[in-house]
Amino acid sequence: MPTDMTRRQKMWATFKRNKTALVGAVVAAIIVFIAVFAPWLAPYDPLVQDPFVRLQGTTEAHWLGTDDFGRDVFSRIIWGSRVSLIIGLASVALGLVAGTGFGMIAGYYRGKVETGIMRSVDVLMCFPDLILAIAVTAALGANLFNLILTIGIVMIPRFARLAHGQVLSITESEYVLSARAVGAGVPRIILRHIFPNIFGDLLVAATLWVGVAIRLEANLAFIGLGVSPPTPTWGNMIRQGIDVMINAPWISMYSGLSILITILAFNMLGDGLRDIADPRLRGA
Amino acid sequence: MFNYIVRRILQAIPILLVVLTLVFLVVRVLPGDPAVAALGDYASKDAVLALQERMGLNDPLWLQYVRFLGNLLTGDMGTSLVTGYSVGKQVVQALPYTLTLTISAILFGYIFGVPLGISAAVHRNSFIDYFNRIFSLVGLSVPAFYLGVLLMYFFSIRLRLFPVVGAGDPGDLGSLLHHLFLPALSLGLIMTAYVTRMTRSSLLEILREDYIRTAKSKGLAGRVVLYKHALRNALIPIVTLGGLYAVVLIGSSVMVEIVFSRPGLGKMMVGAIQQRDYTTLQSVMALYTVFVVVINLLTDLIYGLIDPRIKYD
Repeated sequence: MPTDMTRRQKMWATFKRNKTALVGAVVAAIIVFIAVFAPWLAPYDPLVQDPFVRLQGTTEAHWLGTDDFGRDVFSRIIWGSRVSLIIGLASVALGLVAGTGFGMIAGYYRGKVETGIMRSVDVLMCFPDLILAIAVTAALGANLFNLILTIGIVMIPRFARLAHGQVLSITESEYVLSARAVGAGVPRIILRHIFPNIFGDLLVAATLWVGVAIRLEANLAFIGLGVSPPTPTWGNMIRQGIDVMINAPWISMYSGLSILITILAFNMLGDGLRDIADPRLRGA
Repeated sequence: MFNYIVRRILQAIPILLVVLTLVFLVVRVLPGDPAVAALGDYASKDAVLALQERMGLNDPLWLQYVRFLGNLLTGDMGTSLVTGYSVGKQVVQALPYTLTLTISAILFGYIFGVPLGISAAVHRNSFIDYFNRIFSLVGLSVPAFYLGVLLMYFFSIRLRLFPVVGAGDPGDLGSLLHHLFLPALSLGLIMTAYVTRMTRSSLLEILREDYIRTAKSKGLAGRVVLYKHALRNALIPIVTLGGLYAVVLIGSSVMVEIVFSRPGLGKMMVGAIQQRDYTTLQSVMALYTVFVVVINLLTDLIYGLIDPRIKYD
């Protein structure tokens, strides 16, 4: 379909011109690359301790220094990217699928179904993200799977509210009404007519919320509710670095910087995508 | 207006009730027996049974639930399983530390964020606009606890300008403020980023409206157009989103309290989880959700005040 192609080409051209989005995408891609190829990129085993090089600053052998067990901070940061990215991406995917599902059902069926779903969303939104995450993690126990589940649960109401609002604004549009008039079934209408039209906005939100999820994971790890040590995560590295902050500030500094850069990359990408999706907001 | 306020308050009550029920249930599914947690793993079986009985853990769930709600209503939050002190008293001690921290951060955010956002919107694509955009992007991305760690390192450890941890001497205002500064700055900078960004974007949107063009073409002074016509309308989203960000800030305050060892509610809650102190945990969690419901309520009320389109019938 040539019209579709030109539209896509136009979007790609807009994307390339949007420096924020481009920088965000490149940095995010580099971080994903680092996480995937961590075993080959890390110069040292992140768990191997060496008491002879405890708390060393930057040296030729250890670019970002060592921690109080003599472990290489650079290698631990490289490996730490895995936990952050896996939890960030998987929990947002979970929230996207479940939350969008609930939101679309609520928006399409209206009535009691809508009231039930959306009031539950209101209730969940009464918990600050972190408080809800702390409670659920404490109940489930902290491991990789449960953290994905926990942060996914925090993400569900956000996506549900967004999808619900979007669906409400298009269920009365002519193409949905005509699909209904020619006798299309509800699943078909939702999946073929409504979903493709709200997917763009959901994707933009998802990109921005990956940053939120990564930050949440770091918060949990910092208060000791993350993936348990010795597995390196950026959050537990900052925590561990605080105890030796006076002599070895680099452990906390560099791990925190990694979190900041990663979240920044996803936020820049999300901002840029939003500008492309809605040109009226460009630069807003 | 009176009816509007009463209606909003009445609407908040069922939500509050459901939220509190959820808090009660979440604390009940936490792993581990509170009685064992309180007495330690080596306590005798009789002692554990006796404590379970005394804590009412053997009563049916509905009875525990009714008791939980009744106690909350009367302000009795029970006794801490770890310290043995009244949870209510501990909350009263911790609350001012959390409130001063979050309120000063919100004030900081609005005092600096609104002017920054206005200048960025008015001088669009200028140096100040770019600076603001980078500042707010970084501010929206940085975790509050990391910012706290950075500020603590530079201002407390390196420059020795501020105390590293603690909240100061309760009887000495100077000491309290001295200890408050860095934690409030950590949260305040993040709030400033939020406020700057939303002020800028909502003002930019308004400045494009027809009535602004009309006001300008009438020959009104730029300042009048900006402050009387544009800013007043831009305030509506600033207030609504401000309420939303205040809720985010409450979450972040937990982290900042932990970094600076500030004896507020957040530190109390995390301590309660680590020590399986379930009576304290459920009270603090309940209090946090009450905050959110109240903030949402206040946002709605302020929204009603500044937006004349909202009818109070």
